[in-house]
Amino acid sequence: MSPTVLNCGYVPLVDCAPLVIAKELGFAAEEGLELSLIPQPSWSALRDMLALGHLHAAQMLSPMPVAMSLGLGGLTAEIDALMVLSVNGTVFGISQDLGEKLRQTDGAAEFGDPDGLPQRLANIGISHLRIGVPFHHSMHRLLLEYWLNGQAEQADLEVEIVTVPPVRMADAIEQRQIDAFWVGEPWGSAAVSRGVAELLLPGSAIWAFAPEKVLAARREWLERNPDDVRRLLRAVHQAARWLDTPKNKPLAVEILARSEHLNLAPELIDPAISGQLITHQKGFPVSVEHFLLFHKRAAHFPWRSQAAWIAKQLGASPDGIARAKQCFRSDIYRQMLGGVGADLPGASEKIEGSMRHATAVASTRGHMILGPDAFFDGKTFDFSGES
Amino acid sequence: MPKNLSILVVEANPDKARQIIDALMAAGWSDVHALAQISGLERSIKMHAPDIVLIDLANPDRDTLEHLSLISDTKARPVAMFVDQTDEDLTQAALTAGVSAYVVDGLQMNRIKPVLETAIARFQLMRKMQSELDAAKRALEDRKVLDRAKGILMRQRGISEEDAYSLIRKTAMDQGRKVIDVAQALVTAADLLS
Repeated sequence: MSPTVLNCGYVPLVDCAPLVIAKELGFAAEEGLELSLIPQPSWSALRDMLALGHLHAAQMLSPMPVAMSLGLGGLTAEIDALMVLSVNGTVFGISQDLGEKLRQTDGAAEFGDPDGLPQRLANIGISHLRIGVPFHHSMHRLLLEYWLNGQAEQADLEVEIVTVPPVRMADAIEQRQIDAFWVGEPWGSAAVSRGVAELLLPGSAIWAFAPEKVLAARREWLERNPDDVRRLLRAVHQAARWLDTPKNKPLAVEILARSEHLNLAPELIDPAISGQLITHQKGFPVSVEHFLLFHKRAAHFPWRSQAAWIAKQLGASPDGIARAKQCFRSDIYRQMLGGVGADLPGASEKIEGSMRHATAVASTRGHMILGPDAFFDGKTFDFSGES
Repeated sequence: MPKNLSILVVEANPDKARQIIDALMAAGWSDVHALAQISGLERSIKMHAPDIVLIDLANPDRDTLEHLSLISDTKARPVAMFVDQTDEDLTQAALTAGVSAYVVDGLQMNRIKPVLETAIARFQLMRKMQSELDAAKRALEDRKVLDRAKGILMRQRGISEEDAYSLIRKTAMDQGRKVIDVAQALVTAADLLS
């Protein structure tokens, strides 16, 4: 029987790795799938192609399906998240000049400490900070706004958020169109290696377990093609497990660098995969725990409460939050992966932000380790009322 | 038909921008402007107050335009044409041709349609010309590689050009590879050994 061809859209970033590995290492082929990976020039283009049926599935920014379920932004279509493709993996950085000033004024601060950073930026004489993010409906912007909410005003720091395509982030900061950025790897490391920026925070400093990308498909398509959905989920699940096995990481960097899908040098892919970031050009690598997760800690389970948190940040009403929950399909995930030995959490919602440390919870095979998933300010979010 | 719409074309390549503008002007729209740099978009929208913004689907700057459409005040808010999917055929045609349109301030579909149809026709033409150009370039490159490969065989094995070509072709057929791939491998190997 000839394999089923699935057109899958993606944006060439390090965190599309599970899709590339599923194809290159034959996990998709084992499931009888030919994964045709189609790079997209922008998130808007990817969304249009998926919504209008030119793609079967796609890697998406986690807030995109939620925003669409709330009727926000470019296009209304029913798009669901089948699984989380990656957790964390983004960075906040500022221009080299500002970084230099920061060091001269108050000495070197530790990488990854968000407390008081807006005040420190204000202290070096910045009153207006232009920050580049890759897309309006992105986890990058949500984390940025969550972090700066209140703090920026207190520090008298005016923040302007600008959308800049990730590939142009380094250029934009070099040409002074922006002063800072929040971007996915490799574009933070790329700006550092060009000597135009330094990194101050990993995304996990704001939320320790932020769903970054999801595997998405049209609701109508996945209801009509349960068999393809199962095969796709299994293949990507296997790829993610392979990727999060420590001994495979050097090989993963090689495979990703060699494949035609990313077109990036290995030294740009390595920091995100190994969790060893070089934060400024003359610095030594800093080890960041859980910098980017694909499989560990049930990373790809689509928690309904994650969708709810995103919806809340997007300003949704309780009704909207309930609707958003429905587009993170933990039901399909359970149904499709339950039979193949994947360990599944006992619940489909959690109190977001409640785990300050790794925590054992009940699962289908006994116990599994989750978290930490704390927010930098210690807040917790319980959405069990909204359904 | 009223043709007093103001149209803004976002396109970094001046030749392509010129072609789209010419096509629109030839069809009767006179108020057409081009913008190469997306960073000037907000200002440009205020200055020209366009009714329609046209941008290549492959342009990564679309995300910036999208952002603007979500944050700008309601008076000048460009909205992606795909939002209004009343004309499925037109939407699909635009998508296939690679053009995306943003419509400012609830413009009627019957006024957008002719603009978009003109743009679609031009985008299709440009795409075809580009692929013809690419194909011609590739053919020329392939020919050079094949000539070099034949030259190498003729020198090394003292055979005629015809025999050299037959040998490459036979090898390709035996190995289930393309003639050009075998020729390229030979040229690469010779370069490494010389």
